[in-house]
Amino acid sequence: MIFERRLLTRDRGAGILEKFWQIPWSFVLLLCGVAAIGYVALLSAGGGNPDTYAQKHAIRFGFGLVLMLGIAMVDIRVIARFAWLGYLGGIALLVLVLLHGNIGKGAQRWIDIGPIQLQPSELMKIMLVLALASWFHRASWERVGNPLFLIPPAIAVLVPVGLILKQPNLGTALITGMVGAAVFWAAGMRWWKFAIGFAAIGVAAPIAYERLHDYQRARITTFLDPESDPLGAGYNIIQSKIALGSGGLWGKGFLQGTQGHLNFLPEKQTDFIFTMIAEEFGLVGALTTLAALLLVVAFCYLVAFRSKHQFGRLLAIGLGTNYFLYVFVNVAMVTGSIPVGGVPLPLISHGGSAMITVMLGFGLLLSAYVHRDAEMGPMRE
Amino acid sequence: MNWRPWGKSGLGRERTVRKEEERRRGIFTRRAAVLGVIQLGAFGFLGSRLYRLQVEEGARYATLAEENRVSARLFAPPRGRVLDRNGKVVAGNRLNWRALLVAEQTADVAATLETFSKIVPLGDHEKARIEREVRRNRRFVPVILREFLSWEEMARIEVNAPDLPGIAVDMGTTRIYPETEHLAHVVGYVAAAAENDVGDDPLLQLPGIRVGRAGIERFHDRVLRGRAGAVQVEVNAVGRVIRELDRREGIPGQDVQISVDAELQKAVRGKIEEGTTAVLLDARNGEVLAMATKPSFDPNIFNSGVSAAQWRQWTAARTTPLINKATNGLYAPGSTFKMVVALAALDAKVCRPGDIVNCPGHLDFGNNRFHCHNRNGHGGMNMRSAIMASCDVYFYEMARRVGIDRIAAMANKFGLGVDLDVELPGTRRGLVPTRAWRQAQGKPWSIGDTIVHGIGQGFYQLTPLSLAVMTARLASGRAVQPHLTRAIGGRPVRGSRLEDWPSLGIPDNDLRLIREAMWGVINGGGTAGIARLPAQYGQMAGKTGTTQVRRVTREQRERGFNVNAVPREWRPHALFVAYAPHDNPLFALSVVVEHGMAGGATAGPIARDIMVEAFQRLGPQRPGQRVAEATR
Repeated sequence: MIFERRLLTRDRGAGILEKFWQIPWSFVLLLCGVAAIGYVALLSAGGGNPDTYAQKHAIRFGFGLVLMLGIAMVDIRVIARFAWLGYLGGIALLVLVLLHGNIGKGAQRWIDIGPIQLQPSELMKIMLVLALASWFHRASWERVGNPLFLIPPAIAVLVPVGLILKQPNLGTALITGMVGAAVFWAAGMRWWKFAIGFAAIGVAAPIAYERLHDYQRARITTFLDPESDPLGAGYNIIQSKIALGSGGLWGKGFLQGTQGHLNFLPEKQTDFIFTMIAEEFGLVGALTTLAALLLVVAFCYLVAFRSKHQFGRLLAIGLGTNYFLYVFVNVAMVTGSIPVGGVPLPLISHGGSAMITVMLGFGLLLSAYVHRDAEMGPMRE
Repeated sequence: MNWRPWGKSGLGRERTVRKEEERRRGIFTRRAAVLGVIQLGAFGFLGSRLYRLQVEEGARYATLAEENRVSARLFAPPRGRVLDRNGKVVAGNRLNWRALLVAEQTADVAATLETFSKIVPLGDHEKARIEREVRRNRRFVPVILREFLSWEEMARIEVNAPDLPGIAVDMGTTRIYPETEHLAHVVGYVAAAAENDVGDDPLLQLPGIRVGRAGIERFHDRVLRGRAGAVQVEVNAVGRVIRELDRREGIPGQDVQISVDAELQKAVRGKIEEGTTAVLLDARNGEVLAMATKPSFDPNIFNSGVSAAQWRQWTAARTTPLINKATNGLYAPGSTFKMVVALAALDAKVCRPGDIVNCPGHLDFGNNRFHCHNRNGHGGMNMRSAIMASCDVYFYEMARRVGIDRIAAMANKFGLGVDLDVELPGTRRGLVPTRAWRQAQGKPWSIGDTIVHGIGQGFYQLTPLSLAVMTARLASGRAVQPHLTRAIGGRPVRGSRLEDWPSLGIPDNDLRLIREAMWGVINGGGTAGIARLPAQYGQMAGKTGTTQVRRVTREQRERGFNVNAVPREWRPHALFVAYAPHDNPLFALSVVVEHGMAGGATAGPIARDIMVEAFQRLGPQRPGQRVAEATR
């Protein structure tokens, strides 16, 4: 491993209480605000009845909050030390879900662990960021320039991407790849290598496509061109646009959205929750929500810039990009800008897996913030 | 991994490291800034996209809306019907013309209502209801102004349509029950959805939607209701549909076929008086063939709303017409319970079938004397003769030997005092007492209690349905469950063959002995010779029961107690359980006659007549619809 044992025993002086006050409470408040937006939207999705979705959302968020604050107290060096262990655990879960997972919407995505439904692909993204940050955090500019040094982390990205593709969940696989790429980029990988990498994917994709089974190809065609399946994904997008457009500037008012409440809008409590907000609260409500989400991402950048160690910087950038991609892909999907399906809007949409993993990620982020001045060991060639 | 450390000499190394670190940090900052700008740009893109959809294109919609608008409407699929075992409709749909108001399509709800009430008069009560519903519902949800419109009223509304913005006449359906009060307790009824029913199912927000409130209508409500369809239409400012943009068909409610034979049910009800309940099961699979109780009610009344006076009359009546006494009436089983005690005794091996117990007319235990219904005593009794003569002393003795808990365990095996799987919501479990149950009440259980419970008196509270189940299980030796659903949407629901039900695990010899005794009750000189079937239907096996409603005190007994002299509501209930034909049971029956005096004399003939009806309609010699063939 990259770390030496002595690092763990140094700089442990800060007491728990002191660390607790170090937590940026304005950010915690911001998260509560975002979750509150989700609560209102889910209240509406449930027809005004909190028992349908909203109550569960609040309980999950409360649980996530405790988890986040707990992780924030953990020393960043301990986290860095166990990063690869977490990564291997994530891979193991992905393999497990392929072997024993429950099938949802034609893909194996969930494992039931007691009462919790876990979507390992969500967890994997965070574990991947951790692992990559730990790989790059002591590497100098020269070292990152060495192609051989880039091969292990590239494999570390490709293995989970492959496993998620196999579920099959093309959307999450792409997002996972992009999160990995963001960390590579921030770590200083040469831009021309990026260009080569994307070119290689561009060449490889059609060849891989040729080798797929017919049914697999059909799935990808629908993914790329939902209009070819007007009763499936295409229908959803069209309905979502009607709902959004009819919301106007100020919206139709709480519980007054016709599209959502007459069930024209599919999955209004999960993937299309943003449409629900935009229909009932208009452009004003939609932009307010978007602004709050932007602030969450911006905070990740703040943590990155204030961190004295590369590990914290890379971790914050990776996690920020992860949350950004959730928001972007989801909102772009419901506005009919990109043809993707099955990406939730964490902290707002209904569903526990994304909420808990995102809160876990924010816990790591807060730990990076609280321990931003920690000594992480010298740089290596 | 063994990386070479960065330089060898301490000071030089540190300086180089700091320089490298700053360089790396600078690169990170630049790259993160690039990433940040891209992400900020993406947010900007989303914002502009929203602006285009919601404001630019939204404005276009707003201009259009002056003349036309897009509106989404739900429509209710027809509710599934309930059919009897021969496919006869016992709950169907009838057309119903209604006037509806969509609040968002009129500028002034109050003025529109005022105009409307000049055409179709509305009472103050109705107006208050309408205003309440307009407030409660979302503005695009139609509210019913008036149902069951006549042709003339419809014509007047249509002619005045320009003055009535937001008001439309539409064709709905209403529920109709052709069998009126005959099947009310089984089929149940529907009524308007209450506020707290309106959950996630958008269908329940529709005006005039009815939900099942009792019986099959309630149990299979989701199946019968179906799923709402929806249509997007372009409408003009007064709510007239210009064209249909998109349509999603709902899923029509599915028909539910039940096992009851409506004609047989009617015939059975013809054989019984007020206060009597009869339950007829298919002895081989537990299908309910008839479940009759008097008095009953007309479920059609619930459709248009029950008046307060009618409701008071129903609920205040001592005869409880709204309550299905087959599933909710609770009675002590009396002597019909003796088979259970006998089987418990055999199971516990506390006696052999041939063991003789002498009956002197009473049993003394401690300071108490327990009387037999035969004051003079039956003399020496074995198990078979004790059941045939319904000797109380024999069963006092058996109960004393077995103990209450083993009796209760055997009773539970026969479906007494346990939850049954019947599709009638609210069916009561009843009560079979145990020592633990009594102790939970803080009272001790005495041997004297056990003795009384040996003849089915005491704390027992059993439904007529559970007694019929007990009889079917005695006849079949299997744990048949009573059930009503034969098919949903034309597909049979569950295997209804005898082999589908697990064995009760009671030795054949024991069951054979009990069955022979029950045969003897009717055909061998027992207590119910009067209930013998006409020869062409074969022979019936059964058991009588008479249960005290009030305790008879010693003084009354000594003064010469005459049951005929007491007020009606103090008289004992008469019970009868039977199955037939005794050698190949098809039907299992229980009859409870409230205050019917004596089981054999009162309930016996009713049971016989019902059995004859069953054979005539569903017996093996009737082709086509007979039970034997209908079994899947």
